[in-house]
Amino acid sequence: MACSQWSSLSATDVAKRGGRLVVSQRAEPKTLNTITAIDGSSREIIGLINADLIHINRHSLKTEPGLASSWSVSSDGRVYTLELRRGLKFSDGQPFDAADVLFTFEVYLDERVHAAQRDLLVIAGQPIKVQKVNQYSVRFELAQPYAAAERLFDSIAILPRHLLKQPYDEGRLDRAWNLAVPPKEIAGLGPFRVKEYIAGQRIVLERNPFYWKMDVAGDRLPYLDTIDVEFTGNAEAEAMRFEQGEIDVAGRLSAANFSVLEKHQRDGEFRLFDLGPGLEYNFLFFNLNDLGAALPSIAQRQNWFRQLAFRKAVSEAIDRQAITRLVYQGRARPLSTHVTPGNYLWVNRNIPPEVYSAAKARASLRSAGFSWNRAGQLIDGQRKPVIFSLIFNAGNPQHTQIATLIQNDLQQVGMDVKVVPLEYRSMLDRIFKSYDYEAAILQLASGDADPNAEINVWTSGGGTHVWNLAPKHVLAPWQEEVDRLMRQQMITPDYAQRKHMYDRVQQLVRENLPVICLVSPDVLAGASEKLGNFRPAILSSYILWNAEELYLRR
Amino acid sequence: MVLFAGFFSPYDPTVQNRELPFAPPVRIHFFDSQNRLHIRPFVYRLIASAANYAHYEEDRSRLYPLRFFVAGGRLLGVDNPAKIFLIGTDAYGRDQFSRFLYGGRISLLAGLCATAVSLGLGIILGAVAGFYGGWLDELIMRTAEIFLVLPSLYLLFAVRAVLPLHIAPSGVFLVLMAVIGAVGWARPARLIRGVILSAKERDFVLAARGFGASDLYLLRRHILPQASSVVLSQAAVLVPAYILAEVILSFFGLGVAEPSASWGNLLANLRQYNVLESYWWMLLPAIALIPVFLAYNTVLSYYKHYSPGPTGQTEFDKDPVTASALESRNRSPN
Repeated sequence: MACSQWSSLSATDVAKRGGRLVVSQRAEPKTLNTITAIDGSSREIIGLINADLIHINRHSLKTEPGLASSWSVSSDGRVYTLELRRGLKFSDGQPFDAADVLFTFEVYLDERVHAAQRDLLVIAGQPIKVQKVNQYSVRFELAQPYAAAERLFDSIAILPRHLLKQPYDEGRLDRAWNLAVPPKEIAGLGPFRVKEYIAGQRIVLERNPFYWKMDVAGDRLPYLDTIDVEFTGNAEAEAMRFEQGEIDVAGRLSAANFSVLEKHQRDGEFRLFDLGPGLEYNFLFFNLNDLGAALPSIAQRQNWFRQLAFRKAVSEAIDRQAITRLVYQGRARPLSTHVTPGNYLWVNRNIPPEVYSAAKARASLRSAGFSWNRAGQLIDGQRKPVIFSLIFNAGNPQHTQIATLIQNDLQQVGMDVKVVPLEYRSMLDRIFKSYDYEAAILQLASGDADPNAEINVWTSGGGTHVWNLAPKHVLAPWQEEVDRLMRQQMITPDYAQRKHMYDRVQQLVRENLPVICLVSPDVLAGASEKLGNFRPAILSSYILWNAEELYLRR
Repeated sequence: MVLFAGFFSPYDPTVQNRELPFAPPVRIHFFDSQNRLHIRPFVYRLIASAANYAHYEEDRSRLYPLRFFVAGGRLLGVDNPAKIFLIGTDAYGRDQFSRFLYGGRISLLAGLCATAVSLGLGIILGAVAGFYGGWLDELIMRTAEIFLVLPSLYLLFAVRAVLPLHIAPSGVFLVLMAVIGAVGWARPARLIRGVILSAKERDFVLAARGFGASDLYLLRRHILPQASSVVLSQAAVLVPAYILAEVILSFFGLGVAEPSASWGNLLANLRQYNVLESYWWMLLPAIALIPVFLAYNTVLSYYKHYSPGPTGQTEFDKDPVTASALESRNRSPN
């Protein structure tokens, strides 16, 4: 039997066993299959029923042993050897060993499976090589050194070979483990397992009796008997049901709902947590894609967007303080770069905050040859008035408000901004496929605090290099430098050196404004007063990452 | 008042007062802090007390008397920095009262436009189907059934997604209203067809036909006037329905774009729990809509009551054709 004690638990309470925790999800999960799950709701449930080899502690943001009890790195930083815990069992009672790990990585790396995890496991164009050393030891070989490679193992769910080998061999793995599958055919190494799913209402998870973590007293975790995940539909309904005590935990509360709950807070009912800014950053960007002959009217406006002085003026003319105050009731931070103050290990603190000044913005515009006509409209060198459209997700009330404020701010310097709320999918279509837009507001949140999670955004050719997705032109010198720095930090093992490089990346982003960073909202959560060991975090899953430690006070 | 929004509203509906978000309705005083009566009513300046702008207090050190016929051609105003927000402000500190008046312009116009499109199409197609019958009738009525089952909300999403980004907000809106109107032709067309089907068999119509009247003349002179009360009753139902359609669209953020005001935009604020919960004055535009609809219905019923029909009746309820048509409307799932 595994009797390894769980190190991070030493500081927490040893608690009473039993009880039912009710949590909520705004959207129903689509699947329990980790390969096809791309939505947050599915991933949250999957996170509760599965475990990873090496885990990022959401509280310390550092790695800690998961299914692997220890690991070693070769001197050239390319070979990782993981020692697995012995005597572990899946939630259906079947034993776990290296064969399951090998099977799992075979599946994720198989191109025919189209697993989202594959991208993470391909380094310098080469998939990670996985070899069995013995029944409880596995070796991972990387094509080149990769900084903090152990973080890659986080959230890579280890799959049971005995249940999924057959569907995989028959090529129907993508259809396995959907929500119609009977719960007993689903097994994982996580603290909970599926008990029942009622479409449109809830999914009930029960304690995994074979779970491997122990508390300091040597008792098997988790403490809770069941977790009921109720589907609430939207943020407003979630906040109301939390206030009524119908659900015990609410994560990712909006600032507006948080302020209402704060007003209604009475002793002994619930506690509210403002964790400060998370990793999410909201930004405005212009379409800087190479459009060629297509979309001539946008190409013409790109003559403005491509000028640094123009983007600088836009950045200076935006009142970020007003956004934090009016949209987030003060529960957000103005940003001057994409790394939020919440990411304390990596943020470059030497970058000065953007100072809101319409006068400075006007000076920047004047220096770039813009002027104003009698009606106060901004006009360019060819006396064309500066009019552009700004698209955003109509379903995001914060972005709707931000757009309205920016429209008003830019009007002060003579720009005429047409705000266009779009249904989310048609907005993404314009940004990622047709390039038929002029400016947009978007938010991104990395899954990890590490800069490697941001490579896709900042290196040219990255999948989320949103402002210019397929650069054909010769790259600007600063973009070349960013590409070089991001690649270099990836293979540098030393934190201080990596931090130095990433500081420079942030400085380059700030100086060249490929995107205009706006604000980072605080991570806001609430929990019933009777819930013990509740420690919300700024990384997803924000509230249930330590579900095995949660308990209910009587 | 809505027609002369520019005169009656104290402020420009798009001007933001970022120091005054969600300010409550201003209190109009007659007595000052020393309990002295002032003939001319006055207001105090509102100051946000807490850092998070959750509470406002009146600054009683100075009075700002109400002024009438102020500069800019407006009826009512006070001197800066005091503001006269009759029904409070929204999240950006914009005057709700001015937004209500300006918003009424676009919302009423939208309701009327969409109704005109729906009824216009409905009359033409319904009359053709009812009068000529046969395969033409079949074709039009089956098409109408397709339109009745069309999920119009998704259609509107699709239309918005393909519209160019650069048309003015009001332009987008008129296009959407035209689409709503065009989709809504089926129900009035069915009703009008029913009326015409029975009207064309009436004795005086048959007599006119016997005298050699042309189809167009028959339709214009004898048959369509029979449908006038159906058309009016449809107009009575459709205008408020389409005003509400605008509300629904704005609710999904696809109606009139910021910074323009519309009644739908004003109501869309209410979907947020904190607004509904903390700022009661945001409900006032919703409440104000009730008398608007009531007044509209009253005007229509008076009109129906006193306008003489083509065959001499003054009350459409006595007309058996219309009564049966109305009954069928009530039965149809609406």
